Amino acid sequence: MSSPDTNLDEVSEGHEPVADPARDAIVASLADQLGDGLVASEVLAGTDVWVRVTTDSWLATATVLRDTCGMAYFNFLSAIDWMPSPFGRDMDAQVDLVGADESQVDPEPMTWGVTGGATRFQMIARVHDPVCHIGVTVKADLDADDPRVDSWMPVYPGADWHEREAWEMFGITIVGHPNLVNLYLPSQFEGNPLRKDYPLLARRVKPWPGIVDVEAMPGDGDGDAADEGGEGS
Amino acid sequence: MTDVSNRNQLAYIAAQASDARVNVEFETEGMTLNLGPQHPATHGTLRVIVKLDGERVLRADPMMGYMHRGYEKLAEVRTYPQVTTLVNRIDWLGSFANEVPFILAAERLMEVEAPPRAQWIRTILFELSRIANVILFLGDMGVQLGAVTPVFFAFRDREFVLNQIEAVTGGRFHPNFDRIGGLKDDIPKGWTEETTGVLGRIRTFCDEMEDLVTGNEIFQARTRGIGVIPAEVGLAYGLSGANIRGSGVDWDLRRDGGVGLAHDQVDWKVWTHPDGDSFSRYWVRLQEVREACGIIEQLLGGIPSGPVMAKVPRIIKVPAGEAYVETENPLGVMGYYVVSKGDLVPFRVKIRSASFSNISITPWVLEGAYVPDVVSILASLYFILGDIDR
Repeated sequence: MSSPDTNLDEVSEGHEPVADPARDAIVASLADQLGDGLVASEVLAGTDVWVRVTTDSWLATATVLRDTCGMAYFNFLSAIDWMPSPFGRDMDAQVDLVGADESQVDPEPMTWGVTGGATRFQMIARVHDPVCHIGVTVKADLDADDPRVDSWMPVYPGADWHEREAWEMFGITIVGHPNLVNLYLPSQFEGNPLRKDYPLLARRVKPWPGIVDVEAMPGDGDGDAADEGGEGS
Repeated sequence: MTDVSNRNQLAYIAAQASDARVNVEFETEGMTLNLGPQHPATHGTLRVIVKLDGERVLRADPMMGYMHRGYEKLAEVRTYPQVTTLVNRIDWLGSFANEVPFILAAERLMEVEAPPRAQWIRTILFELSRIANVILFLGDMGVQLGAVTPVFFAFRDREFVLNQIEAVTGGRFHPNFDRIGGLKDDIPKGWTEETTGVLGRIRTFCDEMEDLVTGNEIFQARTRGIGVIPAEVGLAYGLSGANIRGSGVDWDLRRDGGVGLAHDQVDWKVWTHPDGDSFSRYWVRLQEVREACGIIEQLLGGIPSGPVMAKVPRIIKVPAGEAYVETENPLGVMGYYVVSKGDLVPFRVKIRSASFSNISITPWVLEGAYVPDVVSILASLYFILGDIDR
């Protein structure tokens, strides 16, 4: 812990609202160069920074981050499907097992995480500055019906496999990717497994026994019922 | 006279024609070599399709997915404490290290911090799994290049490390020991002394590797200047760990990450090598094993007293939010992007595993290499299939 940057992090990890000039500067330069392309941003002082950009400025964001902000290191790229699972929120919501056929009962409202969101699919990528040791998470909302986004490969060649994975797992078309074929899945595979409406077949076949194994909190009255259920499964 | 010259001319034409015919018949064409999925250099089932022109690689295409287990999907239907059981299996040679970043991410979301004693023991186990993982690489690197002895030494000495891990966690390979808010249990009595003894063995192993492998002329010839990755290319491809430090980038999350491990409490050094070739990646790992021994030794001498578990609710619900935590795992940077919606189960877990990014550079680095060097390069990049396929 000798470098000045980590000392800065340590100082700012207290609970008082501390400024984080290094991360604020990244947001500022993105706002400067992207203009309206920057939709939202959030700085968790001393820890992390998120930015949300428009789909059109997705590639431009990468260029700015690499060339202006010194983010030479490509960390990962993936996507998030914000749709609440039609098969229930938790595994203890057994609706996924009973009402498996008439799915999509009445989906709960979609909620988004840090920096918000607008559509079902969100692209997420992270780059890192290997000198100042600051990472940035970039997000972009994609069209829900036809999710497509520019490839990051011209800027970060390492995005290649990550984009192929996002393509097969979420069905996101990566515009400009030279070799958009399945990475993990067999070539004739149908469906996009990481989408929330893609059922996990193992759970359909056999209910998860774990939920009845949860021990009751001390003092809870209904502990016996849970125990019995655990032995029965 | 004219006859003779005519004959000469005809002979010349005939020779030309036959040359042309021979050239057509013996036309060289590219060959496709299928390396794997069951090749010793592939640590599992990585299949590399190599297009060759003679001995030279024109294009290499790694094919993954033979071991894809879909942990990101499975994590969405498991409670937070159950996820550690899954992620143990990602890098199966250094399993404990897989649990740590996930637990740290959950702890950040819950705003829980493990007590100092838990952090120290966590760091010791983290470094022990690094040793267990990397010494196998050191032995294996020799095997790939034709020296069979080192791998026996590696398996022999790894067992001592695994015994120590087992003594604490109960599992040689899959400890499942890390908990949100601390550790499952304390270390047993007399464990620190035993571990110090094991560290001595590991140091001896490193010296043996120096004797057997590092200075070996054949080894040097097979690795020096082979598979050179410049720093900026490695960064753009997301290389991490010893692979990027072997290219001269001074970046180690144990020092620079600032997450809740005890590495900043002890005195140690980040090793780099400027060459960026297979040898430098091997050499950096060798030094890192020694460094890990030093880290563990210092930590063992000063484990703080106190509990190993913070106060956390019995049934863990993680507040809504997003956190990305990465640590310097044996194979490189491993991180978890955890999205929580306040439920028992994570909403989405993106697993950023080190080998996936490390191996994504192979099409670039293998292009133009020679067939025997393919093995040397793949071995020196050091991947675990479970860490690629997840």
